[in-house]
Amino acid sequence: MKRSLLAAALVTFGGATWAETPTLTVYTYDSFVSDWGPGPTIEATFEETCGCDLKFVGAGDGAALLARLKLEGARTKADVVLGLDTSLIENAKATGLFAPHNGIPANLDLPIEWTDEVFLPYDWGYFAFVYDKTLIPDVPDSFAALLKSDLSILIQDPRSSTPGLGLLLWVKAVYGDKAADVWEALAPRIVTVTKGWSEAYGMFLEGEADMVLSYTTSPAYHLIAEEDDTKAAAIFDEGHYMQIEVAAKTSGTKHGALADEFLDFMVSDAFQSIIPTTNWMYPAVLPSGGLPDGFIAGNEPEKALLIPIPDVESIRKEALAEWLSALSQ
Amino acid sequence: MAVRSKPITSITRWSGLAALLFVVLLVVGPLITLWLRADTSSALTSADWAAVQFTLFQATLSAIISVILAIPVARALARRSFRGRAILVTLLGAPFLLPVIVAIFGLLAIWGRSGLVSQVSQSFGMERLNIYGLVGVLLAHVFFNLPLVTRLILQGWGHIPVEHFRLSAQLGMSPKDVFLRLELPMLRAILPGAFLLVFLLCVTSFAVALTLGGGPKATTIELAIYQALRFEFDLGKAAVLGLIQFIICTVIAFWSLRAAVPVSFGSGLSVITRRWDVSSKVLIWQDALVLVAVTGFLGAPLVAVISRGLPALGNLPATIWPAIVNSLTVALFSAVLSVILALALAGFIDDLKSRHNRMSSVVEGVGLLMLAASPFVLGTGLFIIIHPIADPFALALPVTALVNAAISLPLALRALLPAMQHNRQTYGRLTDSLEMQGWARFRLTTWPAIRKPLGFSTGLAAALSMGDLGVITLFAPPDVETLPLLMYRLMGAYRMDEAASVALILVALTLTLFWIFDRGGRLGHQT
Repeated sequence: MKRSLLAAALVTFGGATWAETPTLTVYTYDSFVSDWGPGPTIEATFEETCGCDLKFVGAGDGAALLARLKLEGARTKADVVLGLDTSLIENAKATGLFAPHNGIPANLDLPIEWTDEVFLPYDWGYFAFVYDKTLIPDVPDSFAALLKSDLSILIQDPRSSTPGLGLLLWVKAVYGDKAADVWEALAPRIVTVTKGWSEAYGMFLEGEADMVLSYTTSPAYHLIAEEDDTKAAAIFDEGHYMQIEVAAKTSGTKHGALADEFLDFMVSDAFQSIIPTTNWMYPAVLPSGGLPDGFIAGNEPEKALLIPIPDVESIRKEALAEWLSALSQ
Repeated sequence: MAVRSKPITSITRWSGLAALLFVVLLVVGPLITLWLRADTSSALTSADWAAVQFTLFQATLSAIISVILAIPVARALARRSFRGRAILVTLLGAPFLLPVIVAIFGLLAIWGRSGLVSQVSQSFGMERLNIYGLVGVLLAHVFFNLPLVTRLILQGWGHIPVEHFRLSAQLGMSPKDVFLRLELPMLRAILPGAFLLVFLLCVTSFAVALTLGGGPKATTIELAIYQALRFEFDLGKAAVLGLIQFIICTVIAFWSLRAAVPVSFGSGLSVITRRWDVSSKVLIWQDALVLVAVTGFLGAPLVAVISRGLPALGNLPATIWPAIVNSLTVALFSAVLSVILALALAGFIDDLKSRHNRMSSVVEGVGLLMLAASPFVLGTGLFIIIHPIADPFALALPVTALVNAAISLPLALRALLPAMQHNRQTYGRLTDSLEMQGWARFRLTTWPAIRKPLGFSTGLAAALSMGDLGVITLFAPPDVETLPLLMYRLMGAYRMDEAASVALILVALTLTLFWIFDRGGRLGHQT
């Protein structure tokens, strides 16, 4: 009792002057913290109000992020992990390293109903192959057409990258038992399999392949930020696999209240309005100003694919084994 | 021997035993851990076996290509004298010190899809090259090992007595006969050892497969270990793969020691044998062509690194300073640790040799063990040991330094031991009879004899550690970088100009470190 009184006194009198500013550590993927990603702006905005030091740590791509958290276990310095997606939620929850959030905001603008008690969504999008309109005259309009073409592609490793994993599930959702054959047919045209999205997209921009696995919203970056309308996403008849990117606080965090504050901030207008033109994804809550001009640019897929979250983990394992076996021949 | 043995000095004995124990623990500890942790219940998948196969396949091909290409290069160097020959021979030594990631950068600048060769072939309407996969791995391995094998064979040529060539000329033997009678027997003696050495180096090459592999099709065992740890957090699988890697390396290391190549650095390289059988125009043109081709192959990537790095020097990434500090600290620590261990072990082996010969070969066997335990296997074992106790990521730099020290130990031991033994044979009895012991003996007789190999080994260990991109990738958290890791990350982000500028700094520091120590060992030296 006495001790807590003393502590209260110290906080009251000393708080403003010499108590340390708490640091909220957020693990995320590399492109989120890059100079052109949302990280810097979000850090500045959140620090205006939180009375804390927000520290983003880039830890590879999304799937590598989860492996890293498993490696660190309860020792992790992360208070919040931002950048997993629907394909990894079950896997992540099984570790017991994540704690439930304070509730789902009512105003989410997602294509599906959100019910997860641990992870909160912050943006979403459709995977797609992006190409240069000036270089590719005959754009495939389906997976079947892509398989018949001789276009070279860049993809990401599904063990380290969420887009890579998304493609794995996309192929599985479209082809089911025949997915392994599809990968065997695709294998000779894969220029390389990169660890993360950033590496693959960078290589594509340097002209290392005809197409790169990215998002339907990626061309908006070139159009809006660079006034370059040469990039486009190929829309496939079979439909496009959807990604919903999520975040959660860790169960071992010492800054629980601050982590909750960050998650609230994440679905607020201040955060969400930054997402479209920095992360180039659809915001989870439409900002008051709506989407910027040219953001969609006629690239809306007609059909969305998503394997239900509880089923993903077993399908992921099976699809990964097929992928590895097909590509290692 | 009738000579009365002096009791072994206690400092030599205790430091030697301590070093031995340290090294054995450092190697055996991780191996036992791998054995205990190996999850044999989760059988390896077909992709894992594909990695084992690919590892052996690429190493075999790399070794065959390196050896076959090295023969004409070494022959041309052995029988031609020309201006710039000394520079070319020095250039052949460079890849050994060159950080792997820098070489890969250079190779991509020449052979990559947007590299020089692709640009030229495209302007002739041909397809651009794609080197990701087996081709890229082979290209990098030949880049590193062709020069190494060339130097080994060149020494062999230098050791064929000139009288033999004169005699065969007097007998009117054709170049073909000279080859069959004189050169082929020499090649038969040298090539198996050279082949196995390259094979071993290629089995344990990680950074090349990491950067140029390009997917599951070209995954080596070490890359599969990295993926099991960093992508899938599967310690059991990493341990199984680590054991497989250790077994493969042990078999090769054992073979290669039996087919031992005399590893002497520098000797026999400047010998140009006078020849009477090779003055035909065709042969001269043939040799010139071979030498121009190899100079281009080795030199072009280096020129590409320099020409792209120099203009970018003003625009270094901000994180380069902590990376420089980290790299230098790791390199110096591991170099010093490596030579201290080597000194202690060499003194111990040398002392033992004069009384229990068998014991000393046991100690020398430790060197073999280090050769078989690849840095990655050690790193994996240490990772699994550390993981339950502490955060492996917090220990990235100390562990890297420790493993690098262990890896350079056999090289240092090989350089120091002969010098110590030679010194004992020369001055041993004299110092014994003068009852000279301890510090005085070390300072007056041992030190002058070993300072040259000591300086060389320290420089080599520092340079190798400086360029290392192996264990650090297993352990490094996102905010800790060494120069090679920074370069790798910049290349991943396609910031090629910055990567090139870091490459230049990395090469400059590596060569400077080597030069300082190597030079320091020679200063004031009479030989």
